[in-house]
Amino acid sequence: MSYIVKPKFHHPQLQKNDLGYTRRDYEGTLTTLCGGCGHDSISAAIIHAVHEMSLAPHQIAKVSGIGCSSKIPSYFLERSHGFNSVHGRMPSIATGANLANRELYYLGISGDGDTASIGLGQFCHIVRRRINMLYIVANNGTYGLTKGQLSATADLGSKTKSGEESRYDNIDLVSLAIDLGASFVARSFSGDKEQLVPLIQAGLSHRGFALIDVISPCVTFNNTPLSAHGYKNTWENNVVLSEIDFVPMRKEITARYSAGKDKEITLHDGSVIHLHKTGSGHDPGNRENALLHVNEYKKQGKIATGLLYINQDQSDFHELADTVNKPFNRLNEHDLCPGGEVLADINETFM
Amino acid sequence: MSSRSQAASRKTGKTRKTAGVNNFVVKFANVNGSGSASANNLFAKAIFRMGIPVSPHNIFPSNIQGLPTWYEVRVNDKGFLGRREGVDLMVAVNEQTIVRDIESVIPDGFVLYDSSKALRPIRKDVNFLPIPLKDICLREFQHPGQRQLFQNIVYVGALAALLDIDFEILTGMISEQFRGKEKLILPNVHALELGYHYARDYFDCPLPIRLRPSRKARGKILMDGNTAIGLGCVYGGATVASWYPLTPSTSVVEAYGKYCKRLRIDPGTGKRKFAIVQAEDELAAIGIAIGAGWNGARAFTASSGPGVSLMQEFLGLAYFAEVPVVLFNIQRVGPSTGMPTRTQQGDLLSCAFASHGDTRQVLLFPSTPKECFEFAADSFDIADRLQTPVIVMSDLELGMNEHVCEPLEWEDARKYDRGKVLSGEQLEQLEEYGRYLDVDGDGVPWRTLPGAHPERGSYFTRGSSHDAMAAYTEDGNVYAEVMDRLARKFAGAGKVLPEPEVHAGGASRGMVYFGTTAGAIPEVRHKFDKRGVRLDTLRIRSYPFHDTVSRFIEEHEVVYVIEQNRDAQLKSLLKIDCGANDEKMRSVLSYNGVVISADQIQAAILADLPEIPEQEQVSA
Repeated sequence: MSYIVKPKFHHPQLQKNDLGYTRRDYEGTLTTLCGGCGHDSISAAIIHAVHEMSLAPHQIAKVSGIGCSSKIPSYFLERSHGFNSVHGRMPSIATGANLANRELYYLGISGDGDTASIGLGQFCHIVRRRINMLYIVANNGTYGLTKGQLSATADLGSKTKSGEESRYDNIDLVSLAIDLGASFVARSFSGDKEQLVPLIQAGLSHRGFALIDVISPCVTFNNTPLSAHGYKNTWENNVVLSEIDFVPMRKEITARYSAGKDKEITLHDGSVIHLHKTGSGHDPGNRENALLHVNEYKKQGKIATGLLYINQDQSDFHELADTVNKPFNRLNEHDLCPGGEVLADINETFM
Repeated sequence: MSSRSQAASRKTGKTRKTAGVNNFVVKFANVNGSGSASANNLFAKAIFRMGIPVSPHNIFPSNIQGLPTWYEVRVNDKGFLGRREGVDLMVAVNEQTIVRDIESVIPDGFVLYDSSKALRPIRKDVNFLPIPLKDICLREFQHPGQRQLFQNIVYVGALAALLDIDFEILTGMISEQFRGKEKLILPNVHALELGYHYARDYFDCPLPIRLRPSRKARGKILMDGNTAIGLGCVYGGATVASWYPLTPSTSVVEAYGKYCKRLRIDPGTGKRKFAIVQAEDELAAIGIAIGAGWNGARAFTASSGPGVSLMQEFLGLAYFAEVPVVLFNIQRVGPSTGMPTRTQQGDLLSCAFASHGDTRQVLLFPSTPKECFEFAADSFDIADRLQTPVIVMSDLELGMNEHVCEPLEWEDARKYDRGKVLSGEQLEQLEEYGRYLDVDGDGVPWRTLPGAHPERGSYFTRGSSHDAMAAYTEDGNVYAEVMDRLARKFAGAGKVLPEPEVHAGGASRGMVYFGTTAGAIPEVRHKFDKRGVRLDTLRIRSYPFHDTVSRFIEEHEVVYVIEQNRDAQLKSLLKIDCGANDEKMRSVLSYNGVVISADQIQAAILADLPEIPEQEQVSA
């Protein structure tokens, strides 16, 4: 928690977005994470991304599990409702919340312990259920709050600060998600805001389940030169498979977009992603290709980042469940209750 | 006093003079998966349609095919529909269990069996009704499936003759059942007739135990509790059901789905005003319901012991973060896997205190399908009103067996009580909003839903310690204030919970019971009335207990607490919550997996009444 109250000072010249909001309107309470924690960069990227897209903060619901990662929804989007649930169970909360109101944006924040260990089952099943949300994993390969145990995403041979070596193969969340049918899968690095911000924007705009696995170093327990999840290793071995620029719906192309675009993808809400060739030969529209590339680079000790896979043709849960357009939480007895006369007929069938 | 009463009740069979017109027990001993269930249902329902009170019970294995299964039907014109010990007529068609089945018949009782194979006579004091079921079906039917299935229909036909079942009712039901598959009607009716004529030709029909049309069950319905809960969820406005299949709760969500597909389709678009998620486990099932409840939809899950155990952590979160959610616990025999297809009231304490830390959960105890319907619908209002989980404690006996009860009713003017939810307009008017501020002094704060207002009313829901503004805190005093408010909220919950049902006439002794024990109580009272022993009764319908419960205990010298578990869980809860005197509370317990009978309760209480001379038991 923050014992120090965050100052409410607003710079008079802070840039306003289409809704008239400045970045301050998208911030949260003061972070309590360690100085230099990758997770704070993720918070900053989220604030940047959502502000730039001009999303109304109250149209976003934040959900998380337990752990350092799951604390961060406090540190951004204070005007959004948030739900910090129990360890490994954010997917079920997100599923229920999404069922109750299909009109909001759902932003799930989880960590590698929360997603790849205690919550692996729920993670797999929310991917299968195709809940329309953006699921961000702040992945540091370690359990920070309990002081540095290895997590299931720690690479084989990776060492923590205390010298503990990971003796087991890691669980690779992007491969798993692609395999289970996620329709938007990306990996990024908390230190690469240029890459992360447009991915968050695209992930939020994507209709269906979107995953961004963000390598987010733990400066206190897992940032040694021998740690695969440390800053050094991630900077040195980051291979960008496909870079994107994001253009929010109904907006002129002004942002970071630069020359050299190879492909334009229009999302269901009208936003556009510009894909850039990086020389990797990667095609994010091809599922088998995506899996192959991710695994090839992994074998070489490299970390493939960028938009790894996207499929816009997949239905989301509500389409599959054939639910009404009006959010369930706005239906009342008039919409839902069949009434006494119908009940009398039902009674007849039990006589 | 404990459940040694079973021994006492076994004794009662010998002296029983119960059997007679509209008053007997028929038991069917079958092999599961052999098609007997629908034939046996046909038998029970036909009796019900004659206007006679009937109570069928399935005693089935946790298995798909090949193991013994029983169906016990009690007929009682007085409407005493709890289970009765002793069998008057056994339909013994399972070779695996036939010896024991015949042993369970009362002296002078009847045994209908398949005489296609010779039966070694093992008793001389019962009457055998041999019918060559297999031979008849081999002769009359060509299809191998029909040769097996129709053996069941043939014995129902024979019972129609033996017990005087209205044959037209039976054939009418066959026609209803196979509407749309007309070519199946004729062979079924033929099978019924084969049995009917065989019995007429070879036996003295009807038997002394037989049926006579009555008005007692006219206008009533015959329904199982899980169907009633499913319907109650439709009527109560539930839009999200998340679940993991688990006997005996499975049919709750199946019933909900079945009625939703009929009653919850938007006429304009054909789209669904409900969603059912078959989750990966019970943790996800309750999590999904909580997520939906948090976001303002009415949501529920249904489960049983093993699943409810898995839900504990989430139930604590919903209690502490104050999220409305409804859980239907269709209890079965524990601990662990226990006896999955047998009944028990064994989850009382684990549900009342579900989850770690100081938690208390609201419980409802239905005892009839009608109450299952009402409590299911009410539970959503209660959960919204109190912003906390509501656990509806049914059991296998109520959930999976059909019971005669009054027809379901719905007041069309009824509005859903969504509790304290602030709209965007209301937030606009407010100077300050705090999610956990007790502005009304009743311990129930106001909540907001995501998306309600662009700038006001957002808060952070968490299972970690929080202050009145929903901010994280490690200040012990602030934590304690929240815990005290939650205790106040719980203490005041009685106002919105169903009151106990009391029958009191100034007796010095009383019985306290809940749920499916209710089936036996009118008969127990009747038995004691006949002996000149007055007993007041109180049926608990909800937890936290209403004040009436403590008063009832105070006002009686001796209180029999009747429940279906080993450890007297209700008695413990009464001691904890009502400060009830341990000395005056005497337990009557049953935990053998079948619902407690009036005989058991009577025997246990009799053993505690030394001043009453032992007499021959008077029948109901």
